[in-house]
Amino acid sequence: MLEIIREYGLMLLVGEYPHGKLGGLALTLIISIVSLAVTFPCAVLIALARTGPLRTPKAIASGFVHSVRAVPLLMLIFWAYFALPIVIGFPIDATYTLILAIVVYQAAYLGEIIAAGIEGLPKGQSEAAKALGLGYVPTTFRVILPQAIFNVIPGIVNQLTTIIKESSLGSIIAVSELSYVMLQVNSNEVTKPLQIFGILAATYFILCFALSQATNWLERRIANRRTGRVVVEAVA
Amino acid sequence: MGYQLDFGKVLRGEYLDLILQGVQTTMVLFVLSWVFGLVLAIILTVVRAIEFRPTQLLVAAFVEYHRNVPVLIQLFVWYFGFAVVLPDGVNDYLNDIGAEIGYAIVALALNKAAYMSEDFRSGMRSIHPAQMEAARSMGLTYLGAMRWVILPQAWRLALPALLGQTLILFKGTSLAAGIGVAELSYQARYIEEQSFRIFEAYGIATAIYMLISFAIMWLSAVLSDRFRLRVK
Repeated sequence: MLEIIREYGLMLLVGEYPHGKLGGLALTLIISIVSLAVTFPCAVLIALARTGPLRTPKAIASGFVHSVRAVPLLMLIFWAYFALPIVIGFPIDATYTLILAIVVYQAAYLGEIIAAGIEGLPKGQSEAAKALGLGYVPTTFRVILPQAIFNVIPGIVNQLTTIIKESSLGSIIAVSELSYVMLQVNSNEVTKPLQIFGILAATYFILCFALSQATNWLERRIANRRTGRVVVEAVA
Repeated sequence: MGYQLDFGKVLRGEYLDLILQGVQTTMVLFVLSWVFGLVLAIILTVVRAIEFRPTQLLVAAFVEYHRNVPVLIQLFVWYFGFAVVLPDGVNDYLNDIGAEIGYAIVALALNKAAYMSEDFRSGMRSIHPAQMEAARSMGLTYLGAMRWVILPQAWRLALPALLGQTLILFKGTSLAAGIGVAELSYQARYIEEQSFRIFEAYGIATAIYMLISFAIMWLSAVLSDRFRLRVK
């Protein structure tokens, strides 16, 4: 196992980077963070449409969320990778099609998380804003969203874990992220699949386990802040 | 653009057969993984409820592995990794009878068992310990209290999450295409390669996935409502 790490460790981290395209763990992280960053504004829009007063945006957002949740991510990836270039008339890099598919897929899930954050706020918040004479836009962007998004930060970080795991599907359309690199290593070293996929699984595990521990910690912090409880452990 | 949609090209003869076979394989993966997953989840929940540290840690490790490693990688570990542990003869035999689908069912079932056992556990945890104490002080045995007081509430609390897992599992069967199981998305990809009918092949596969997913969502809504825990 150590031999494999010694020989392919750098490849696992950055792919063929100095001599070729960036890949491996670095690409997995870039894909995941870019996907989350692009998903976030889309998800906020969907959440606002879902919880807002207008009927048409509400129906469209609800239709989008339900449809996306009914389709496997792999299907969306196939659409983005094989069908989209024909529709728009020019080829796109596989990495971008992967990000696009993840963004569409996650927008539905993250949108629901943020919508839950908005609905979880006490009604008094928007009523008080209204009583102070604030319109819909300032109420939403200065009163509701800052609190709602703060409260769902654990959910958002948790979605990052999900996106990291989902980005492994890039290996099916030859995006040279972590899983794809290790599949290549496996076809070089045909005799050690257990070690190679063990290392691959361990890499994902360390990353995602750390993130989910961070999520738990954030959840406790935010719950304490919301209920006004003092963190005693710091004193004791 | 010069591309004419023609679903008739894909919905007949050999291609129609492939789609139907794909749907069948998807359903076999889904149903078997679900059943095995649920049974194993119940066993895991029971083992974790018993106050014995080593087995509790073992279950916790099992759950964390399956929650923090991508499902596709879990499939790879079984398909590529586990095969080398077996003697050659067994492997040859397995490959003859189609080992991919077996590995896919094992991987998906173990994965779902981990998630479902967590759902059961959080269902149990949301019942106040005082209920157990009250039941015991009324003279019920531990198992009696479980049977008549705790479990009837716990499974209702866990139900919406379990139904959510069911939908995720159904969609997750598509990942088996990654190890070459000829389920629906694999067949769609194959038909697209053979016929160059991209929009028809993926359109039909997507429509079938949506149809079954909507059925699962509808059933989930009905069941969740029917068995909702009504507390006065």
